[in-house]
Amino acid sequence: MKPPPFSYHDPRTVADVVDLLGRLENAKLLAGGQSLMPMLNMRYVLPDHIVDLNRVEGLSYIKAPDGVLEVGAMTRQRDLEFSEIVGVRCPIMHEAIREVGHRQTRNRGTLGGSLCHLDPSAELVTLAAALDAKVTVASKKGTRSIDFAAFPVAYMTPALELDELLTAATFPCWPAGHGYAFVEFARRHGDFAIVSTAVLIEEDKSGKVTRASVTLGGMGPAPVRASEVERALIGEVIEEKRLRDICEVLRKLEAIEDIHAPASYRQQLATVLPRRALLKAHERIAGGARP
Amino acid sequence: MNETRKIAVTVNGTRYEETVPVRVTLADFIRHQLGLTGTHLGCEHGVCGACTILFDGRSARSCLMLAVQADGHDILTVEGIAPNADTLHPLQEAFRDNHGLQCGFCTPGILTTLIEFLRDNPDPTEQEVRIGISGNLCRCTGYQNIVIAALDAAKRLRSEDGRRKTDDR
Ligand code: FES
Ligand code: FES
Repeated sequence: MKPPPFSYHDPRTVADVVDLLGRLENAKLLAGGQSLMPMLNMRYVLPDHIVDLNRVEGLSYIKAPDGVLEVGAMTRQRDLEFSEIVGVRCPIMHEAIREVGHRQTRNRGTLGGSLCHLDPSAELVTLAAALDAKVTVASKKGTRSIDFAAFPVAYMTPALELDELLTAATFPCWPAGHGYAFVEFARRHGDFAIVSTAVLIEEDKSGKVTRASVTLGGMGPAPVRASEVERALIGEVIEEKRLRDICEVLRKLEAIEDIHAPASYRQQLATVLPRRALLKAHERIAGGARP
Repeated sequence: MNETRKIAVTVNGTRYEETVPVRVTLADFIRHQLGLTGTHLGCEHGVCGACTILFDGRSARSCLMLAVQADGHDILTVEGIAPNADTLHPLQEAFRDNHGLQCGFCTPGILTTLIEFLRDNPDPTEQEVRIGISGNLCRCTGYQNIVIAALDAAKRLRSEDGRRKTDDR
């Protein structure tokens, strides 16, 4: 028997979950289990209580009210991958999700689980930063909304109180005809990326960039918005040589160093991947419906 | 502290009512309590794919689930793939004929994964097969014959309907 002893709870409603969270000491929420279960099996975590979210009603849905894509926390990554609404309203999410783990882990893994686990190079975390997502959290006191930019407070630590549950995330959609690309570098398909990048752009009729979002994952404890590059892109026509110059500043970003790669390697990737992604995003606009 | 729960679960078409410790993984439950040792455990932390089963028809790593979570659900393990004790499933035939296994340790996870994969994508390209089984490690075959077997199985399954009509074996 691998996991350590714990008490098991399988509430059916959000109200029951937050009630349990309000009174249990040392409780862990179990979503898709693709990170928590390995941690339990290896006894990296020793919770007294496991609160399983898999039977809670109303946490698994994909909706697109005006201008945003709203996804319930327990929506499986695989459902996002095959959702038509996601493909139409937020195509970059389809591209990113194909890089998340493998078929078997996407069948179980959830959006909320990934956002709360907050692995620095998790694709959905990078994407949430790129899209200026908001997360909704519930507790006994009610619900509140947190800008994703303020969600990571430290390495793998979200801005959640112990009695709070993430119930949904809202992703503002870019208008039809925008360019997008999610590009990452990993040693093996399905591994966490060493560095990943999510870019979105809009261009005017003459091909000049009017709006840009450029995000890097895997560089530090939280995704980094390359705001200097975003600003420099405005008014530019996307072209390889010019992108080389613009992206060079990213080499100065701070980067972590670990067994997978030294900081300098990540900094090199930080100059290369956004360039590739921006070219791909630009080609998509050229090949598709320019507004 | 060894809390237990009663669960009812259907595995390979048979319904079981069992009492399980809440911290037991689904993989250990299937192997030790149900005695279905075809589901293999390579890493027990979600990396190798040897423990893959179908949970309500979707592939999942059984080492990353708790047995209690299976209460009320439907599971297929490698033992449930063949139609009966004397006949292999076309996927299994393709693996036998194409030397798609050597030691066989990874095979249960690969077969269950491919059952789902070929159901979703009956006419895959080689590249799609390789991505489909990218969550399964094999230390023997170098994957080449697994890919060949999967493509062959896809062909057999596609022609299965026609064959059933002409050759009633
Ligand atoms: S034993 Fe489950 S993935 Fe390796
Ligand atoms: S056949 Fe030996 S591990 Fe795949």
